[in-house]
Amino acid sequence: MSTEARKPPPQIALKIRRFLGGKAGWNGVAVQFAFAAILGWIGYEIVSNARANLENQHIAAGFGFLRNNAGFDVNQTLIPYTGSDTFLRVFVVGLLNTLVVSVVGIVFATLIGFIVALCRLSPNWLLSRVGEIYVEIIRNLPLLFQILFWYLAVLAALPNPRQSISLFGIAFISNRGLVIPSPVGQSGLEPFLAMLALGIVAALVLRFYARRALFQEGRMIRIWPYVLGLLFGLPLAAMLVFGRPFSFELPQLKGFNFAGGSRIIPEFVALTLALSTYTAAFIAEIVRAGILSVHKGQMEAGSSLGLSRGTTLRLIVVPQAMRVIVPPLTNQYLNLTKNSSLAVAIGYPDLVSVFAGTSLSQTGQAIEIIAMTMGIYLLISLLTSAVMSVYGWRVSRSLGA
Amino acid sequence: MSDIASNSFVRQDLLTERPAPVKTTGFVGLMRTRLFNSPTNILLTIVGALLLWFTIIPSVRFLMVDAVWSGKDRTACLTENAGFAVGACWPYIQAKLPQLIYGFYPEAERWRVNLTFVLAVVLLVPMLVPRLPAKGLNASLFFLAFPVVAFFLLHGGGIKGFGLSWTADLLQLFDDSIVNAGQALLTLSKTSTVAPLFWIVGNFIVLVGTAIYWLIFPLTWLRDQLLGTGQSVWTDFAITAAIVSLIAFVLGGGVRTGGRALASSVATFIAIAIVIKLMGLDHGGLPVVTTNLWGGLLVTLVVSVTGIVTSLPIGIALALGRRSTIPLIRIFSIAFIEFWRGVPLITVLFFATYMLPLFLPGNFTVDGLVRALIGIALFTGAYQAENVRGGLAAIPRGQGEAAAALGLSWWKTTSLIVLPQALRHVIPNLVNSFISLFKDTSLVSIVALFDLLGSLRASFSDPKWSTPSTAFTGFAFAGIIYFIFCFGMSRYSLFVEHRLNAHRRN
Repeated sequence: MSTEARKPPPQIALKIRRFLGGKAGWNGVAVQFAFAAILGWIGYEIVSNARANLENQHIAAGFGFLRNNAGFDVNQTLIPYTGSDTFLRVFVVGLLNTLVVSVVGIVFATLIGFIVALCRLSPNWLLSRVGEIYVEIIRNLPLLFQILFWYLAVLAALPNPRQSISLFGIAFISNRGLVIPSPVGQSGLEPFLAMLALGIVAALVLRFYARRALFQEGRMIRIWPYVLGLLFGLPLAAMLVFGRPFSFELPQLKGFNFAGGSRIIPEFVALTLALSTYTAAFIAEIVRAGILSVHKGQMEAGSSLGLSRGTTLRLIVVPQAMRVIVPPLTNQYLNLTKNSSLAVAIGYPDLVSVFAGTSLSQTGQAIEIIAMTMGIYLLISLLTSAVMSVYGWRVSRSLGA
Repeated sequence: MSDIASNSFVRQDLLTERPAPVKTTGFVGLMRTRLFNSPTNILLTIVGALLLWFTIIPSVRFLMVDAVWSGKDRTACLTENAGFAVGACWPYIQAKLPQLIYGFYPEAERWRVNLTFVLAVVLLVPMLVPRLPAKGLNASLFFLAFPVVAFFLLHGGGIKGFGLSWTADLLQLFDDSIVNAGQALLTLSKTSTVAPLFWIVGNFIVLVGTAIYWLIFPLTWLRDQLLGTGQSVWTDFAITAAIVSLIAFVLGGGVRTGGRALASSVATFIAIAIVIKLMGLDHGGLPVVTTNLWGGLLVTLVVSVTGIVTSLPIGIALALGRRSTIPLIRIFSIAFIEFWRGVPLITVLFFATYMLPLFLPGNFTVDGLVRALIGIALFTGAYQAENVRGGLAAIPRGQGEAAAALGLSWWKTTSLIVLPQALRHVIPNLVNSFISLFKDTSLVSIVALFDLLGSLRASFSDPKWSTPSTAFTGFAFAGIIYFIFCFGMSRYSLFVEHRLNAHRRN
């Protein structure tokens, strides 16, 4: 007589019920049917109304308009663009402007945010109060308010180009924006760049080698003098051999405006200032919370192992703090990118301003244009959250969970 | 005894006093321990002091010392007339104050705005003080009754019917749409390749629509009869009150226990009747002030309060939907939440302004303010859903299981056991969302609504007051208002958080 365990019954009906209606069973199926009917009805209403309204306003639906000529100018373009280019190119120009202001904003916001966080964590009472005041004031004022403040009050109060404020004689601030020297490539540019790339690659290889020596054989190799030599020595040598890689073209005051150099439009300056100072306040709080989240015992354990204060911070405290800091920090970067759409209030030509603003009022293709704009932002945020979930998965794996 | 005394040493004279320990409290102690205890710290203190010196002193000079306090127009605020470098130009704020608070709201009707503000404060303050009783009544007054009263106060106008006619209208609209959909399918079936399918489905839908038409016919007939009489509002009101009270009585447990439900229902209807009579809603109500005349702080507060009141139910529904076990509802909730959280608010407002009118029937125009409100409610609702979900996740499963073991249904488990605890957990998060909502209301100025920031910006272009310091003065004033509201809310959320975590304090 065999004592094999009996197979459980297949329970096909139960599985179907689970699949269709979840735990709620046939009730769930009924609820889903009702819900689907309501959604379908709303969808039908939207489509039929939109079709009727578009017919009344004589607007042809579809994305054909993207190939039409835009016929308006954009005052900051990263790629060549003229008024006779298509709306599709306007879309790309706007998107690039959004990205450039976001990237610059993110860099400055991170810098200011870490500085303010260090101020708040400093044992110095006065400095930590200064940091706190900064965070409280910035966080409790609307971002649009701050953008308009920089644009309408501060930048508008600056003098005209003839009396512009000079920063060490190389950059000039006036109410027409910021003029900075622009780099011009010289004969030595290619060897310089090649040597720089070679130096970076060599430094990475060296680091890889040193890490393997440390982890597999327990040998400490001091590599930083070589890394410095590679990163700076090689390009310097190239400069000595082939001549200067690039020179700076200094802006000169000619007549009523500047010639030479590159001009950064005041809208960009105001937007970057407001976005980076605003986001910095939030980043400062995140960094502070992250560092405070590492238990004091970790620092003490590090010093009891004989590590120096700097090494303890670098190898023990910061890696643990980073695990807490990085996810909300990415969220703030995403927020900054989304907030850059407020550019429309001051006329910086970002995606919303030139595409959902000017292009929409010219073509009247509201559905297509707003769907495209929302879609791009949605894509950016979904990509970010995908990257973040990979990061979270790696962190949880490295913790040995 | 003497033995011990002779062998032991007893000190006869007092020890010399030791110097007092270094003071670590008070201002001197603070200076010693936190400001000047090391060379680095001294340097940092100097840096901090310089930072404060170069920000606080100029702002105080601008706002108070160098400010001009009275004048009729811009000439008072010009350096050559005042005789010194002019700071803030306060007469400009004085002149523009009505515009910054009421927008273009007619001067004779501004008492209505003030009355609404007073009502809001009277209802809000007792709700925020934890010691005061009757939170449920207070909350229902603020979240349900106040918005309706505020609408009729601010917008004006009256009502032509009551519950019965509104229900009839709504059902008729719904039925018409169903019949239209069926007929559209029928016309489509003449040209389509899958004609028979469309024909069958279309006919079925038309049949359902017709059935509903006859089902609601008594209601529509009654409404038409009521509209014929002179006293349509009051007759309708009486019928609605009777029906709703009866339903409350039956649902409340009939003769045995339904008395309480009946009493509260009757009390509610009496209150509604008093409000209708007081505001004269049955014959026209107050004069209508269209929303394009609203502006300033009024719009800011209307948008934020409406956002707060509408986003919470949306958020709760979405959060419950996201945790639901029914696949379609869960998927829909996730997609809805992630969509609105993934796009910037400004595109949502563009959507509400340009795209929403296309989705509504052509004869159905929606006010610009209402469109912005819809956009903001959906957007904030998605964020609130994530807050509420955090609270729901914090409730141990045992709570729900215990309720199920007692035989409570899903609705009762959720509304009586899980949600109250979950919401209490996340009050600080909800308040933080309200703060960002309050700040985000400034974005409506981009879609041509004049909130506080929009009115401020509009007032800059007045040549009567254009001076070099006008913009700074305006921003200082608006900044102080925004700061007071946001800072107040954030302090309140900290206070609640401390109260909730009282058992964890050490």
